[in-house]
Amino acid sequence: MSTTAASPVRRPNSSSVSWRLSDRLGLGLAWVLGLLFCAIAAAIVIYFLVEGIRYLRPNLLVTNPAAASSESQTGGFLDPLLGTVILGTMAMAIAVPVGVGIAVWLSEFGRPTGLARVAESAVEMLAGEPSVVLALFGAILFTVPALGFLSQTTHGVVLGQSFFAAAALLSLVGLPLVVASTREGLQAIPSHVREASYAVGKTKIATTRRVLLPAARPSMLTGTMLGLGRVISDTAIVLLLLGGTLTFQAANSTPVLGLLRGTGDTLTGYIYYNAPTGDGNQPSKAYAAAFVLMLFVLALNLGVDVVLGRSRTAVTWK
Amino acid sequence: MKKPPPVRRLTGNEGYAPRAFVAPAPPPRALGAADANGNGHRPSPAFAAPSSRAARGAAMAIDRMQVEELSVTYGSKPAVKSVSLPIRQGEVLALIGPSGCGKTTLLRSLNRLTELTRGASASGRITLDGVDIATMEPTALRRRVTMVFQQPNPFPMSVFDNVAYVLREQASRRPRRAAVRGAVRDALARAGLLDEVADNLDHPALRLSGGQQQRLCIARALAADPEVLLLDEPCSALDPQSTRLIEELIIKLREDVAIVIVTHNLQQAYRIADCVAFMYLGELVEYGSAHKMFGSPREKRTRDYVGGAFG
Repeated sequence: MSTTAASPVRRPNSSSVSWRLSDRLGLGLAWVLGLLFCAIAAAIVIYFLVEGIRYLRPNLLVTNPAAASSESQTGGFLDPLLGTVILGTMAMAIAVPVGVGIAVWLSEFGRPTGLARVAESAVEMLAGEPSVVLALFGAILFTVPALGFLSQTTHGVVLGQSFFAAAALLSLVGLPLVVASTREGLQAIPSHVREASYAVGKTKIATTRRVLLPAARPSMLTGTMLGLGRVISDTAIVLLLLGGTLTFQAANSTPVLGLLRGTGDTLTGYIYYNAPTGDGNQPSKAYAAAFVLMLFVLALNLGVDVVLGRSRTAVTWK
Repeated sequence: MKKPPPVRRLTGNEGYAPRAFVAPAPPPRALGAADANGNGHRPSPAFAAPSSRAARGAAMAIDRMQVEELSVTYGSKPAVKSVSLPIRQGEVLALIGPSGCGKTTLLRSLNRLTELTRGASASGRITLDGVDIATMEPTALRRRVTMVFQQPNPFPMSVFDNVAYVLREQASRRPRRAAVRGAVRDALARAGLLDEVADNLDHPALRLSGGQQQRLCIARALAADPEVLLLDEPCSALDPQSTRLIEELIIKLREDVAIVIVTHNLQQAYRIADCVAFMYLGELVEYGSAHKMFGSPREKRTRDYVGGAFG
């Protein structure tokens, strides 16, 4: 055929009929697994979409959980919803500056070399750490009397459960994603751009602040959103360190500090409690809350796609 | 010791307007903000270091930098071997030679950018207006010996901010926009870019065309009001039209700043250079006026390279 010879772009064996058997089996397996995962993801989303729309009532978003015998009397999940927002904000307020700092240090300075390598593996280890282990560690840490001012003390015993404690440990959940993404963004900047800044007499710090970090901003944003997605999805730390008390139980009457030193809950904790196999066993409430949480996470993922898509089409260096 | 021969300014061997035989005026010191950068006390550029050549006639260029017995090695690999040459204001010095011959390393040694490469070590001496650059603060040196790179690399900010970035101090208090506006426009004008971008100073610099980006990089390098401008193959990523603009710009600029350009393009060296240094395997094979280097080179290797026999 003259056409195949004339178009070198076209791959010679674009039809799998002529492939070897093992290749054809591999291709088939890839298709089956790919479709299977798509089906699972779609099933989860569709199931909670249907259930969520069925059970989600506007008043669930503005009323607090209440103790009652009938499911229609147990209120909504205002406090858990606010808890998710507060805890996510606090955790990322710690994770982003620290994570960006670590990424800049690892990518731009990397000295002392030994310490940088250790820090690098520490962050990687953190990424693979089960959050319940982190929560356990936090429970030990924040019950130390010296840290009692961050939570409540009753009868001389430090409770160790508060927004501060939970946010501190949750920041470790978000941190590796911020570090990885920011580092990737910094490393994508060609070295001659750094040198161009040094070559007009700028210091390394000025270069990092004025040139490199602005250039890596889309990556930082991506890392922040991915980290936030992980943080608001976490349950173990919320249950062990925030108390999982369904409503806010302020430590004292001080406006903000009292709330943050007290216990509370998030959507994940609320779902855990109300799941059909949980203590509360109010599936309709759990579905509605799960639907709201899922919308949060989907919105974050969409945000990541938008940022990445925009930075892909953005003009940049060769 | 090969002390390079004195070089005479040339006329008539290039395709551009004839060059005037005038003593280079002291570089304009109009950049108000730049004076606050600690460079204000540099020696008066034109006559502070009178060489015997400068005394002999107005047609001579002024020595700005002197490279003496410079050797640079990366690890154990020598990149530049005992090179000596002068760099003068009022003329364009082109470094030519095949890839890997050390010309870019030599260029980067002039503002101590080689130090940023891990494993690089240098011996020998480079002076700027008589002062050993090894004794200077690298940031101060690099404001006086600025550099433009092969790939246009404006910073991810507006056209204005790209130039203002250079004028602003590292300190926490940054001068206001109005305080640097004049100097920014001046630098853009010197790089021949002002007319094209005057209405779009706030547009992202990375949206400019490649040639405009490169002239912006030249403006950025000029904003520091340097004595020496280093150009590392500045046109190799550009189209012929942009190349022509930049070459014209280089010829115009050489009266104010000493210019060193690395180029792979022999035609380009022929078009714009007053002096040419041919390097091969880290050695300076031959240094001389462009006229002599292209017309009657002394060394066989130069003849072969210029004639296209290798490289």
